[in-house]
Amino acid sequence: MRRSMMFVPGNNPGMLLNADVYGADSLILDLEDAVAPGEKDAARVLVRNALRAFDYGSAEVIIRINPLGTPYIEDDIRAVVPLKPALIMPTKVAGAEDIHAVSAMIRAAERENGLPEGSVGLIPLLETALGIENAYQIATADPRVKAIFLGAEDLSSDLQAIRSKENHEILYARGRVVMAARAAGVDCYDTPFTDVNDDEGLAQDAAFARAIGFTGKAVISPRHVPAVNEAFSPSDKDIAYAREVMAVIEEGERMGRGAVSLRGKMIDKPIVDRARRVLEAAEALGLGGYEHE
Amino acid sequence: MQIQGRAMAGTLESNDVMVTVSPAQALEVQVTSIVLGQFGEELKRVALDTAAQLGVQGALIELDDRGAVECTVRARVETALTRAKEAKS
Repeated sequence: MRRSMMFVPGNNPGMLLNADVYGADSLILDLEDAVAPGEKDAARVLVRNALRAFDYGSAEVIIRINPLGTPYIEDDIRAVVPLKPALIMPTKVAGAEDIHAVSAMIRAAERENGLPEGSVGLIPLLETALGIENAYQIATADPRVKAIFLGAEDLSSDLQAIRSKENHEILYARGRVVMAARAAGVDCYDTPFTDVNDDEGLAQDAAFARAIGFTGKAVISPRHVPAVNEAFSPSDKDIAYAREVMAVIEEGERMGRGAVSLRGKMIDKPIVDRARRVLEAAEALGLGGYEHE
Repeated sequence: MQIQGRAMAGTLESNDVMVTVSPAQALEVQVTSIVLGQFGEELKRVALDTAAQLGVQGALIELDDRGAVECTVRARVETALTRAKEAKS
């Protein structure tokens, strides 16, 4: 279950030391924007040592690497693949050919380290207009791609848009990323909410992202983890309704009924599918799942 | 590994250590730390061990420690030594 993905600067020992205490489902150890150009070498060594020394418990580790076309990507991949992160996050991915290029580098590193080919998954960061337009091609470029992730800050700059808290300027991109991911059968993650002190704005933004189909959302502040986890978890009401749906479906099957309804509303396949997803998520989160009260 | 010049790695922020490496005939470690009394010898041992693992036989390694854990000390010493190997004398 990956609801929140928290960025952790790769060259900050204090943040690496305490990264797992905030309850984020995933930790994105960052070798890209959070690390100054002259410190990339130091960050690679620090991240390697941190992953060997610290047990991040149930938190999944993702490592964000520098983009193609920079002098850092080959060293990043060589350093990161042996660490066997759950996923690698290539940045500024613009099309399927970028995924093919990154995948070839990873394949070489897998061979060098005696790892099975395809063992390292990808969560490409889409943060350019071209990347958004090619979202489906990126999501289906290679079986390594497990999810796609929208980055709104660089995207807004590329769009020559004015960044706003209301996020109107990324509405199309959000829809496009969700559509492409769902069509490709992979997960999709929303851009972080960048105002660290606006709790209400964060809750609204996360609820909106959840409502339009995102799987989860990135956070840049540990303070944002609980609100994002809550937004992407099924509520007690969702779970109770899903159990009711499954109960009337079972009852209908027992009675040989072709169609069933719940409180006057027809229960059809999309509603059942949604109820199943809610209960599976609840089970994964230890909230009871299919168990009836 | 041959140390060619002077190089640094790390920061003076808490949980970190600033490491400065200079060419020298033998291996020597000097430690300044907020926890010198409790961990000074351990910091020295970790720095010497990291240098030995990298095959360094001659270097002055200065640690200005701000409460770094072992894996951080090892990372910063390794980075400083690697940079010093490539540095111009």
